[in-house]
Amino acid sequence: MNKLALIIRREFLAKVRNKTFIIMTFLSPLLIIGFTALIVFLGKMNNDKAKIIAYVDESQLFVSQDFEPSEDVTFIDFTGFNLDSAKVEAAKNYIYGLLYIPKKDSLNQIAQDLQFFSNESPNSSIVRNIERRVENRLGIIKLNEMGIASDQIEQAKFKADLKLSNFTGEARSKFVNEMKAIVGSIAGYFIMLFIIIYGTMVMRSVIEEKTSRIVEVIISSVKPFQLMMGKVLGTALAGILQFLIWVAVITGIFFFLIAFFDVNLAENQTKLTTDQMAMMTNSSDQVQLVMMEFMNLPLLSILLLYLFYFLGGFLLYSAMYAAIGAAVDNETDTQQFMMPVVMPLILGIYVGFATVLNDPHGPVSVVFSHIPFTSPIVMLMRIPFGVPWWEIIVSMSILILSFIFMIWFASKIYRIGILMYGKKPTYKDLYKWLKY
Amino acid sequence: MSPILTVNNVDKSFGNFKALNKVSLEVEKGTIFGLLGPNGAGKTTLIRIINQITLPDAGEIYFDGKKLHPNDVYQLGYLPEERGLYKSMKVGEQAMYLAQLKGLSKQEALKRLKFWMEKFEIESWWNKKVEELSKGMAQKLQFIVTVLHQPKLLILDEPFSGFDPINANLIKDEILKLKEDGTTIIFSTHRMESVEELCDYIALIDKSNLILEGNVNDIKKKYKSNLFEVGLQTDHHDMIFKQLSAQFEVNYSQFKSIHNDLKMTIKLPENLSQNELITLLTQKATVNHFIEVVPTVNEIFIKAVQEN
Repeated sequence: MNKLALIIRREFLAKVRNKTFIIMTFLSPLLIIGFTALIVFLGKMNNDKAKIIAYVDESQLFVSQDFEPSEDVTFIDFTGFNLDSAKVEAAKNYIYGLLYIPKKDSLNQIAQDLQFFSNESPNSSIVRNIERRVENRLGIIKLNEMGIASDQIEQAKFKADLKLSNFTGEARSKFVNEMKAIVGSIAGYFIMLFIIIYGTMVMRSVIEEKTSRIVEVIISSVKPFQLMMGKVLGTALAGILQFLIWVAVITGIFFFLIAFFDVNLAENQTKLTTDQMAMMTNSSDQVQLVMMEFMNLPLLSILLLYLFYFLGGFLLYSAMYAAIGAAVDNETDTQQFMMPVVMPLILGIYVGFATVLNDPHGPVSVVFSHIPFTSPIVMLMRIPFGVPWWEIIVSMSILILSFIFMIWFASKIYRIGILMYGKKPTYKDLYKWLKY
Repeated sequence: MSPILTVNNVDKSFGNFKALNKVSLEVEKGTIFGLLGPNGAGKTTLIRIINQITLPDAGEIYFDGKKLHPNDVYQLGYLPEERGLYKSMKVGEQAMYLAQLKGLSKQEALKRLKFWMEKFEIESWWNKKVEELSKGMAQKLQFIVTVLHQPKLLILDEPFSGFDPINANLIKDEILKLKEDGTTIIFSTHRMESVEELCDYIALIDKSNLILEGNVNDIKKKYKSNLFEVGLQTDHHDMIFKQLSAQFEVNYSQFKSIHNDLKMTIKLPENLSQNELITLLTQKATVNHFIEVVPTVNEIFIKAVQEN
C-alpha cells in the first residue's frame, strides 16, 4: 500500500476509534435538538407571564375595550385611586407598572402628558403596545368629534397580509429570509467549529508524536511532508464522516417531522401559486410552507459546497495547526501561536453575523467571502441567499491556491520543528526554520 | 570488501552553528561500526543525514555503491536514542503499521512479526496497548520493529539503554546474529565496554569534526604507549624498584596476582625491544606477570577528545 494511504488510514482510525469521537458523533445531534427544545421551552416559560399593568384614567375618555389583555400585558383599573396612592398600591401588589392618563383640555395634551411608572424599564414592545392603545382611542374620539360614527370607523379598519412570491409566481413564506439566514449561520458556525475542533486534533496528534518521540522513527521511513499530509487528510476524513452522519441523522429527523406534520412533498414539485397560498392561513399550513421553502433551498449544493469549504478551510487552517504542533513541546506552549489562527475564524463569524445576514451581497460580505481565511465561513452564510457561480468559483480558486501555499509553508516549519526539543520557539525561530 | 556506506565531505549547519564539518567515513559491509563522540558532537546529525531525515548542505552519501536514493530507506533500520511508539495503539497493529511503512507487504510483515514475537516470547502482547507495557517491554518491541524489514544497514543509537542485563544480552546476541547474516551495523553509544566487545571499526566525532577513524585494533596500536605491567617475585621490592627507576620510567601499579609481587608499570624506551626488557628483568627477579598495557577504547576516546 502507498505510504500516504497507510498514514491516512492510521490517522483516520485513530480518530474514529476514539471514544470521544463516537460519543460526540451520535450524541451531538441529540444534544443540539435537546438544547433547542430547552431554549424554546425556557423562552415560552418566560413569556407565559403576561405583565400586569394598572391604569389610572383621570380623563374618563377610555373604555374597557381599550384595555383588553394581549399576549404580554393585562390591565387592572386603578382609576378609583389618586395617582400617589395608586403608585403605592401598585408597588405593594407587585404590579409591573402604572399607566397614568391625566385629565387635560385637548387630546393632544393627553397624548403628550401620558406617564408610565415601573421599577424595571419596560421593553419596547410593551411601550409600543400601550402607546398604540392610547393612540387608537384618541383617534376614535377625534374622528367622532369630526362626525364619523364609531361603526364607520370600524369598517374603515383593514388588516393587510402580504403574500410573498417571486416574479415567476412561486409562493414564498414570510420566513424565507429568516430561514436562509438560519441555514447560512448554522453552516458558517459549524464550519468554524469543525475547523477549530479538527484543527486542534491535528495539532494534538503532532504534539503526541513529537513528545512520544515516535516521529523520528516515522520520518526515517517517510518524508515529513507525507506524514503531515497524511495526518491532515486522515483527520479531514474523520471530520467528513462525522458531518455526514450528522446530516443523515438530521435528515431522518426532518423526514420524521414531515410525516408528523403531513406535508405533501408532491405539491412542492408543482409549486404553489399565490392564489393557492392565500388559502393557506392556519398554522399547520404555515409549517408546511416553511418546510417546502426549506426543501426549495439549494440543499444539495449547500451540502456539496459545505463539504468543499470545510475541506478547503480545514486544509488551510490545519496546516497552520500542524506547524504549531511541530514547533512546541507541549500544549501549553501553543497559546502564543493560537491567536493568529483563531482570530480570522472569529472575524469571519462576526462579519457573517453582522453583514451577511442583513445584506448578503453587500461589498463587505463579497470581499470577506473571497479572503481565504474567512471565505469558508462567510461564503457558506451567503450561499442560501444565492451567489453567482462565477463568484463561488473565484472564491474556491483563491482558497485552493491559498491552502496549497499554506501547506508548503507549514511543512517547512513542520519539517524542522518536529526534531526540535527543549526550547520554546519564538516567531523569529520559526522564520529561521523556513530558511534551513 | 566493498563499503556499504560512504560519507564524503559532508557539511551541515543550522543557522550559525556548524553541526558537521567535512566529515568523511566508510563503513565496510558486514561489520559493526562504532560511531562515538561526546554529547552534542554531531553524531545524531550524521545519523539523521544517513537516514535522509535531514539533508546535508554539501557532500555526498553513497549507499551500496550508489548515491543515496529515497528508496534506500527500505534498506535502512534506525533505532533512535529517544525511543517512541504510539502509546494508545495496540502492539500488533503498531508493528504492522511501521513495517508496512518500511515497504513490507501485509502478509510478509505479519509472517515476520509472528516469528520475532515468538522468538522474544511476547506473542501474548499483540492486543495490548503500548502504554500498558513496561519500559523494557516497549524497548523490545521497538527493537523488533527496527529489524523486521531485514535492513542491509542497521543504525542503533544506544541500543542497550533501558534493558536489564538479561535482555541487554538477548539484544546483544541478536545484534551479533544479524552481523553473521550479513547486516552491517552502525552502533552509537557512550558505553565503551560494549564498543570494545562488539565493534570492528570505530569513528570518533568531536566538535563537528571526525577526529579518528579506523579498525579498532589499528587504532589501539596507534594509541599504545609502550607501557608494560610487570609483576616481579622478590624480597627486595624497594631496591629493585630504585634500580629500575634509574633506567626506566617506572610507576607502582595495582593488579590482581596470587603472589606478593612488586607491581609496577614500566615504559619501554625506544632503543630497547620487548625481549631485551624481559631478559633484563629476569636477571633481577622471577617474572610472574608481564603484559602490554593496551589502551581501552574509553582511554582512547578521552585522550583523543582532550587532544582535539
